[in-house]
Amino acid sequence: MSDIARPPLPGLPSGRAGGVLATYGVWIAAAVVLAVLPHVFASGLALTAMCLMGTMIIFALSYNMLLGQTGLLSFGQAVFFGLGGFLTVHAMNVAESGGVPLPLAVFPLFGGVAGLAFGVIFGAVSTRRAGTAFAMITLGVAELVSSSALILRHFFGGEEGVTTDRTGLVHLFGLTFGPQIQVYYLIAVWCFVSAAAMYALTCTPFGRICNAVRDNPERAGFIGYDTQTVRFISFSLSGLFAGIAGGLAAINFEIMNAAQLGLAQSGTVILMTYIGGVGDFVGPIIGAILVTYLQVALSDVTDVWQLYFGLLFIGMVIFVPDGIAGLLARQRPLLLARQLHRVAPFYALALVPGLAAITGLSMMIEMTNQLAVHVSDGPAMAFLYVPFDADAPLPWLVAATLLAAGTWLFLRAARAARHAYDEALAASRARGRGP
Amino acid sequence: MTSPAPALELIGLRKKFGAMEIIRGVNLAIPSGERHAVIGPNGAGKSTLFHLVSGRYRPSGGSIRLRGEDIAGKAPQLIYRRGLSRSFQVTNIFPRLSVWENVRCATLWSMGYKYSFWRNVERLADARRRTEEILAEINLLDRWRLPAGMLTYAEQRALEIGLAIAGNADILLLDEPTAGMSRAETERVVSLIRRVSEKRTLLMIEHDMGVVFDLADRISVLVYGEVIASDTPKRVKANAAVQQAYLGIEVA
Ligand SMILES: Nc1ncnc2c1ncn2[C@@H]1O[C@H](COP(=O)(O)OP(=O)(O)OP(=O)(O)O)[C@@H](O)[C@H]1O
Ligand SMILES: [Mg+2]
Repeated sequence: MSDIARPPLPGLPSGRAGGVLATYGVWIAAAVVLAVLPHVFASGLALTAMCLMGTMIIFALSYNMLLGQTGLLSFGQAVFFGLGGFLTVHAMNVAESGGVPLPLAVFPLFGGVAGLAFGVIFGAVSTRRAGTAFAMITLGVAELVSSSALILRHFFGGEEGVTTDRTGLVHLFGLTFGPQIQVYYLIAVWCFVSAAAMYALTCTPFGRICNAVRDNPERAGFIGYDTQTVRFISFSLSGLFAGIAGGLAAINFEIMNAAQLGLAQSGTVILMTYIGGVGDFVGPIIGAILVTYLQVALSDVTDVWQLYFGLLFIGMVIFVPDGIAGLLARQRPLLLARQLHRVAPFYALALVPGLAAITGLSMMIEMTNQLAVHVSDGPAMAFLYVPFDADAPLPWLVAATLLAAGTWLFLRAARAARHAYDEALAASRARGRGP
Repeated sequence: MTSPAPALELIGLRKKFGAMEIIRGVNLAIPSGERHAVIGPNGAGKSTLFHLVSGRYRPSGGSIRLRGEDIAGKAPQLIYRRGLSRSFQVTNIFPRLSVWENVRCATLWSMGYKYSFWRNVERLADARRRTEEILAEINLLDRWRLPAGMLTYAEQRALEIGLAIAGNADILLLDEPTAGMSRAETERVVSLIRRVSEKRTLLMIEHDMGVVFDLADRISVLVYGEVIASDTPKRVKANAAVQQAYLGIEVA
């Protein structure tokens, strides 16, 4: 069929790049945000948190190359994060003692190369299978590496880990990396470059075939692709970026220990990715920021903060399986068709009882914690600045009422909101014609 | 050299599932450029035969020759890379990918892009042109943006054919391409198949006798895993055994 015979369809992919702003607008905006953030949130705590977030964004994005893009559920992503970190620490120590003239900024590359190398090695084993078998092999590899880390004390430093000094390398442009702000910018640059590279990867033939393998591995074979090869490349490249994240973590903390490559760390990255949303490129970014923020904020106010993560995770899986990014993406057609105002009140209406239910539940958790763990402190405690005794019946009654009534009202409001959403979506479709 | 090797040749092909032998010694030679139809009652083993040829199943015995080379038991992608592409009876697409992406993915290997992770897929002009052509052929151009899983049944059937023809393979296997389609859709697909099989070898399974007699140069009748007749449409129609085993059932 010739080009002339084709009906002119608006919006058919043209392959011609739009203006610089249309193509790179989001990235320019992201770069600007990364540059000004430390001037907006200038406190030491904020800076520490943002350094952590940048590292975790790379880590979560690397994980989503497997889970979201290729449909591979791995339980051992921290293996590459941790090994990348250890390699970086050792490389820094060798460079320092040997006087190798390499600036700190390039050292995350050692982490990346280590992540890639171990990705190739472990990928050769685990990607021979897909699905549950693959997940189990990654779990086995994670166990293997974790236990090796405790045996090979010389390399992994045993319980204490291995320390390094990021200020002891050659100082390029007078950057000592003593001040946290310099580390922030180092992480920000690596985060930006890694995210851009991982995004670019999704726009390549390989990236699209990963999606095809995720959707229907069997058919991928009948269009010419070896699914095992696709999984293997995806796994190896994912290891590369996880290793870079580990290298940055090593530079940030100036210490690496076995916990960084353990199952808990692998669990954290699954949590982040899933909560943020696996179906969208920005999902893991949102998840990494949110979960890191909650980790920092919650661990300050409660010592059972991990419990809240468990609850958040379960809640997300049940109510918002496509994550925060998915939730936002579903509002997009309404926003474009100017229908969002029709559903917004329903969302607000669901939010109030939802928050009440969460308050009731957290109150019960904190009271239980007070009575069971902090026995020696007695029953006197405070929740949301309100002081009371954890063994008195009234607070329990209040908490139970908040939880029960809140949940009931939330479920009703959620149903109404879903109904309103469906109607608004239908209205948007009718208005906009087409999906 | 007297005559070139057939495009596809099955010799004593067998397939057992446990103790059940579903394909029981099939011999078939399809010369290059022929349009060949396989007919037979439900459960005769037609789809199983396609699965064997395309590498989904491993034969229990016999051999499969693609232009003279034995491909029996090879992986689907290896057979595809030798120039054999197929569609499925049960729609087998990439449900979350857009219609556009479905077809484009099916063009990538044949265009030589393979596992390339250094090229921007949107900049591949040849893949884009081919995708557009295919979408126009299967009449899905105006649905290009939609996730394939959201297409109607008939549209998914059309996409199924699109995936099979996108890679320009020279041997095409179509498993009931018109099943579940309306009269008009069937006509459209038949003319599409006629066009795309112009310079290719076509092997298709089809229940619609109108379509079969319209398209096929030769017809093979498969009953209980055996080819009981393989001839021109006219002579197959006249064959008493065929009438008894198959066409009689069709009429009833
Ligand atoms: N994987 C399998 N395991 C066991 N039995 C199978 C398998 N696949 C097919 N069969 C059996 O093989 C027989 C032939 O199936 P096949 O799908 O090839 O028939 P068909 O000729 O394509 O029929 P239809 O016209 O209904 O599509 C059936 O009895 C089926 O139950
Ligand atoms: Mg069949």
